[in-house]
Amino acid sequence: MTTTTLAGAEVALDDEGFFCDPHQWSEAMAAEIAAGEGITSLTERHWQVITFMRHEYEEKGAAPNVRALSKASGVPIKELYQLFPKGPAKLAAKIAGVPKPHGCI
Amino acid sequence: MARRVLVLGGGTGGTLAANRLRRVLGPRDEITVVDADDRHLYQPGLLFVPFGLASPSRLVRSRAAQLRPGVTFVESAVDRVDLDADTVVLADGTTMSYDVLVVASGSRLLPDETEGLTGAGWGRRVHTFYTLGGAAVLGGALATFEGGRIVVNLVDLPVKCPVAPLEFCFLADWYLRRRGIRARTQLTLVTPLDGAFTKPGCNRMLSGLLGDKGVEVVTEFATAAVDGEQGRLVSYDERTVPFDTAVMVPVHGGAAYVGRSPGLGDPMGFVPTDPGTLQAKAKPNVFVIGDATDLRASKAGSVAHFEGEVLVHNVRRLLAGQEPDARFDGHTNCFIETGFGRALLIDFNDALDPVPGRFPGPVGLPLLKESRLNHLGKLAFEQLYWHAILPGRDIPFIESAMPAAGKRCDTTERTPELVGGPR
Repeated sequence: MTTTTLAGAEVALDDEGFFCDPHQWSEAMAAEIAAGEGITSLTERHWQVITFMRHEYEEKGAAPNVRALSKASGVPIKELYQLFPKGPAKLAAKIAGVPKPHGCI
Repeated sequence: MARRVLVLGGGTGGTLAANRLRRVLGPRDEITVVDADDRHLYQPGLLFVPFGLASPSRLVRSRAAQLRPGVTFVESAVDRVDLDADTVVLADGTTMSYDVLVVASGSRLLPDETEGLTGAGWGRRVHTFYTLGGAAVLGGALATFEGGRIVVNLVDLPVKCPVAPLEFCFLADWYLRRRGIRARTQLTLVTPLDGAFTKPGCNRMLSGLLGDKGVEVVTEFATAAVDGEQGRLVSYDERTVPFDTAVMVPVHGGAAYVGRSPGLGDPMGFVPTDPGTLQAKAKPNVFVIGDATDLRASKAGSVAHFEGEVLVHNVRRLLAGQEPDARFDGHTNCFIETGFGRALLIDFNDALDPVPGRFPGPVGLPLLKESRLNHLGKLAFEQLYWHAILPGRDIPFIESAMPAAGKRCDTTERTPELVGGPR
């Protein structure tokens, strides 16, 4: 676990940069986290996904994976990859300040 | 008073749950299993069909015949579950009420989730061995294969038996060598994970084996489309992998009726389930077993078997007005066929990754190590499946809770979080 300063506030992140406590997140921090991941500007469409991620996490206690994210948010998987390159669910979760989505074994 | 238990699905989980329940519930309690057909497929056998090592017709038996006397079998598709009314509506409109519902309808393949998968070349150069028909057709294609690029592609997780795509590579290597065309064949495993397998200790072992057998591995590949005409896989980040023959493991989802049952499933049709008690999160009198759950445990028959004991205990307590108190620990056990008459055995749970040692105790089958004995174990398992697992018998020395004796736990490392799995 590491502590860092985002938008003037101290937050705790895990080894991979995900929030340990989603309550520490605020909208003002999103752009800074995104920039660190190579996303220079957050569009309205990005925000739609980020807001949805927060909502899903609050409702269900876990972030969805990319296929579930696409199905539930209505944003096609292809577009999710354009918005959040490499790993949309992981990246959107990180920017939204929620823990990493769980996988399956 | 007679209680009614309704089990949806007559596969591994549903059959063993119904049979175990029949033994512990009172004679007046009704147990009914509903399935759309009467064909119970021994799914572990599918892997062997493409290589001529198993005959398709011998892998199927009657579902009804696997049920104990006193369990009723109804052959019908399910339209939906009404959680508020505690009823199930069948395809023909018939309504069945229940005191306890057991969702055991497994997972199904969703090839249409991937653009082009069932388009040009489907059944000719694009295949799957995850269905009986598909495995047989692939067998025909391999028999006339004369060299080129074979690509084995796992589209997304979760899938049934996550080691099966690796086993397919191992057996294909053996098969192609036997036919004398291995040198002319490039064998490639394409996976969305960042390694060959999800568990670190195992991943090292299996990656080593793939390397030894000359199987190339392409990682972090999220398949967007299969282009059967050009012979290539295309990822969402626009990478491509060419093929002459593609062996696809399509996206999996839960049974279709789950999606038609308000509140029951997640967007993929799996049922959100309490990982300990195996109750559906939607309602306490709904239990879930096997591949139908959204649990992180593998979608494998051994998991359903280990869940069975927990589920039956908890159903009985619920019917007696008590709090379900048994807890499933994520115990999974599987043989991994590695070709040339050898196999590996792995055994793990939510808390402990696969480690070396012996199973189920110090004098047992070797763990995480290739051996002839494990291969024989895998072959013997088919008889165990029909005659002990499905009837719901406890297997001596192999219990629901994962055994620690015989394991070299000092060598373990905990999976901190899955890397590469979810994207």
